[in-house]
Amino acid sequence: MGELRLMKGNEAIAEAAIRAGADAYFGYPITPQSEIMEYLASQETHKRTGMVLLQAESEIAAINMVYGAASTGKKAITSSSSPGISLKMEGLSYMAGSELPCVVVNVVRGGPGLGTIQPSQADYFQATKGGGHGDYHLIVLAPSSVQEMSDFVKLGFELAFKYRNPVMILSDGVIGQMMEKVELFDPIPRVTEFDQSWVATGKTPDRERNIVTSLDLDPHKMEQHNRDIMAKYERMKKEDVRYEEVDCDDIDYLFVAYGSSARICQKAIKLAREEGIRVGLIRPITLFPFPTKEIAHLGDRVKGILSVELNTGQMVEDVRLAINGKVQVEHYGRVGGVIHSPIELLEALKKTFITK
Amino acid sequence: MNEEIIIAGFGGQGVLSMGKILAYSGIMQKMEVSWMPSYGPEMRGGTANVTVILSDERISSPIVNQYDTAIILNQQSMDKFEPTIKPGGLLLYDNNGISRHPERTDITVCQIEATKEAAKMGSSRTFNMVVLGAYIKLKPLVKLENVITGLEKSLPERHHHLIPLNVDSIKRGMELVATQN
Repeated sequence: MGELRLMKGNEAIAEAAIRAGADAYFGYPITPQSEIMEYLASQETHKRTGMVLLQAESEIAAINMVYGAASTGKKAITSSSSPGISLKMEGLSYMAGSELPCVVVNVVRGGPGLGTIQPSQADYFQATKGGGHGDYHLIVLAPSSVQEMSDFVKLGFELAFKYRNPVMILSDGVIGQMMEKVELFDPIPRVTEFDQSWVATGKTPDRERNIVTSLDLDPHKMEQHNRDIMAKYERMKKEDVRYEEVDCDDIDYLFVAYGSSARICQKAIKLAREEGIRVGLIRPITLFPFPTKEIAHLGDRVKGILSVELNTGQMVEDVRLAINGKVQVEHYGRVGGVIHSPIELLEALKKTFITK
Repeated sequence: MNEEIIIAGFGGQGVLSMGKILAYSGIMQKMEVSWMPSYGPEMRGGTANVTVILSDERISSPIVNQYDTAIILNQQSMDKFEPTIKPGGLLLYDNNGISRHPERTDITVCQIEATKEAAKMGSSRTFNMVVLGAYIKLKPLVKLENVITGLEKSLPERHHHLIPLNVDSIKRGMELVATQN
């Protein structure tokens, strides 16, 4: 068993970055995720593992430092919250185009614009549908506990290097700020010698030079490049869909929720079952690739599906695509930093499907 | 066992620390724990609160809207959280600064003079530990020895010389409710 600690979600992200053998963190502070950089600074990462910690002059600078580090094959991570993530979108599009690995953490707050510092899940579209320009996707992991904040940093780097594609950890103010028990994984040493087939570390006599770029002015080559990237996304859909089912053995209704909303749904399920209402939960863990088949499969067994999100209805669109009109799919969610309570979710379920 | 606690007062009263110590104590006793604070600018001089859950089972929602116990340290929090206590639950409050006392009769209400007692002990800043002591006496879910370990773990090293004072305050809180009831 690994070391047990009581930690904030943000601190768990930071500790996991060090333990995952990250070479560098570049970031710029913003609530509600500033503890990530504060924790890294408290750990003196340069002494502990040699990991670089740098507070950049802006979010844009930070993501481009990640771009540079990743071009040399290094494990780089950055983090921010919604307005800051918008600034990183250009860099993420370039990195997806250049086929580079990195982990970016979004501890989501309410928007649009500067919005609020309180928790939200309003960045689902931005995270899963591209966010920057061009045909690309991020791999999106949605932790719903402090334990997963830690575990998904390690998993995120694995997936980022498996596909050479940026990975986003889509968290929110609840999971970032709360403290829970976390079992830390054993540290992985930083890698100093690695695959030289794509990195820009200086040409050596034994190989051709590697070029890291997202630019190609030849349309046929660029079309092929786009097709190659799409092929990776198809492979992700086959190999790396992750989800969790809760209380789905006997169900008349289904919640679909991720992150903090999934936690609140689990309490709502307990309350519902005390009243004899048979409801379960499917929690997408990868928001891209989305568990489309699994949701469709559960859809065959229920009378109604409620997509619960801290936004005005984003993931519900992917749920509807999965269900394809077979059963009624509705959305419920609070916005602007307000968080729905378990009783409120139970009432919403009843009002939508049972009492009407 | 599943104990859902709200601790609420002004920023600076040590609300978040009380929650953290309870959460640590829970971990010592192999419980599942969660600690969910209010966060942001409201913490500087405004109201601050933290939800702590101690449980034998995996904790579902870290956010709840009804509590087994409310620990209240100012009037705003009394107004906000008195109605949210489950029937049969516990309301523990420090009477300092409370102008409207609780009215519910379907819950256990316990008032202590924590601010006054702490001042008598010459350490008004540890009044929150007096309240914490009262809580662990009224609801003995976590053991005193584990609370002390929690205190050691949650206080930064530079404040460790204050631990004996904090422990005395916790013990005073335990005595206060023992003599009252």
